[in-house]
Amino acid sequence: MDEALLRSLTPSVLAVLVRRGADFAAAEDAVQDALVEAVRVWPSDMPREPKGWLVTVAWRRFLDATRADAARRRREGLVEEEPAPGPSPAVDDTLQLYFLCAHPSLTPSSAVALTLRAVGGLTTRQIARAYLVPEATMAQRISRAKRTLAGNGVTRAPGKTEAGRRFDRPGDVATVLRVLYLVFNEGYSGDVDLAAEAIRLTRQVAALVDHPEAAGLLALMLLHHARRPARTASDGSLVPLAEQDRGRWDTEAITEGVAILQAALARDRLGEFQAQAAIAALHADAPTAEETDWVQIVEWYDELAGLTDNPVVRLNRAVAVGEADGPRAGLAALAALDPSLPRHAAVAAYLHERDGDPVAAARLYAEAAHKAPDLAERDHLTRQAARLNARRPR
Amino acid sequence: MAKYLLLKHYRGAPAPANDVPMDRWTPEEISAHMQYMHDFAARLEKTGEFVDGQALAPEGAWVRYDGEGRPPVTDGPFAETKDLIAGWMVIDVDGYERAVELAGELSAAPGAGGKPIHEWLEVRPFLTAPPTITE
Repeated sequence: MDEALLRSLTPSVLAVLVRRGADFAAAEDAVQDALVEAVRVWPSDMPREPKGWLVTVAWRRFLDATRADAARRRREGLVEEEPAPGPSPAVDDTLQLYFLCAHPSLTPSSAVALTLRAVGGLTTRQIARAYLVPEATMAQRISRAKRTLAGNGVTRAPGKTEAGRRFDRPGDVATVLRVLYLVFNEGYSGDVDLAAEAIRLTRQVAALVDHPEAAGLLALMLLHHARRPARTASDGSLVPLAEQDRGRWDTEAITEGVAILQAALARDRLGEFQAQAAIAALHADAPTAEETDWVQIVEWYDELAGLTDNPVVRLNRAVAVGEADGPRAGLAALAALDPSLPRHAAVAAYLHERDGDPVAAARLYAEAAHKAPDLAERDHLTRQAARLNARRPR
Repeated sequence: MAKYLLLKHYRGAPAPANDVPMDRWTPEEISAHMQYMHDFAARLEKTGEFVDGQALAPEGAWVRYDGEGRPPVTDGPFAETKDLIAGWMVIDVDGYERAVELAGELSAAPGAGGKPIHEWLEVRPFLTAPPTITE
């Protein structure tokens, strides 16, 4: 039984049903039924057209369920329109599914869960384990998302409502890309690597959508992911960029990411993801930390600051300025920012240390550790403070 | 999504507005209080925001290693002055504001006279595993 094949077919089968006018929740139930049937039948009787088989079975299930409904007469017309089974053009259908899952009426967490389930083909249990919540909680989150979509009439009339809309506005793509970026940033725990899953899905979107930001996001994910093996030591502690063993970076992923980015930049429609990917590429490109082209990185941060009002960008820019023009310049850039920003104290500590003030740096590292949002970062910052304090006579 | 711990205290929290010890409530008032908490958890399960919740017994002790070959030291039951946790609920919500909103609702559980207790609850964010990107 080829589970990977089933998983890869799931979204396009679901998309066909939705395009034919099935309510999203009903379509999903029907597809789940068809998958169960496939697991039962295929090992002894593999169909020649697996996708066509799934569409046919799922559509029958959907019609069976619909016929039993009170809305029977109204929907029976759909039977007449039933297209012949067999392969159908999947491209636009799958895109519509992405758009549906990233619908603005969903909260970010619901959009992420629904995307993983409907487009990624993950089971509710897998998603629940990745997010460390009970399966019942995740099941409710997903069915709530489906109800929200149904409640908005989003999927009811194909071709007329938003489900029938094509990906032709940059805003639509932006919503989908944001959802995928959220998935990527969740990292991983349990048996599903959400970062790898996000890359797989973004790869699909980038292949289907002619938009430089889709390519930009794919490049960004590849470049970050390439450095992941070097980001933590074997004991789980954080390794800062400058100290990472660059031999452990995935050069193939870096090469691919850079090539995708260059093709995207050549189209001259700059966006946030492309600019972030450009910064990641400059880091990935340096043979050693000392050879990093900080001047160019500052220029990209300036571009990025023009594209987004995210204050974290300006904080990162202050770090880059500190490297390009010295710690004093970095501290001056930092002084213009709100001290309550996340990681503000950590950046200040680093710049003060480089400026030759270990006392202020140790105090700020300790303050930053107190505010750190995750364990690895807290431990890392605590060690930095301890390292500086150990050098001073008690 | 972010997980938060909502902590209820037997002791140690600031005094609630409707400050009547539970043993002076009527049985109906106690039932109403319990039902409110139960309904609250059930509702969060439906919204996909519930992770875990447990009540704790008031008995507890501080325990400490006391050296090789010796039994751990305990200081016995919690003394009157100590902070005492009554139970917790873990929620997984979109952000801090939602966590505070829910804690506010939980704090409105009915107490003596059927009026909200205005109990103080502690809201604490979980330290998480590192996200993919921190650089």
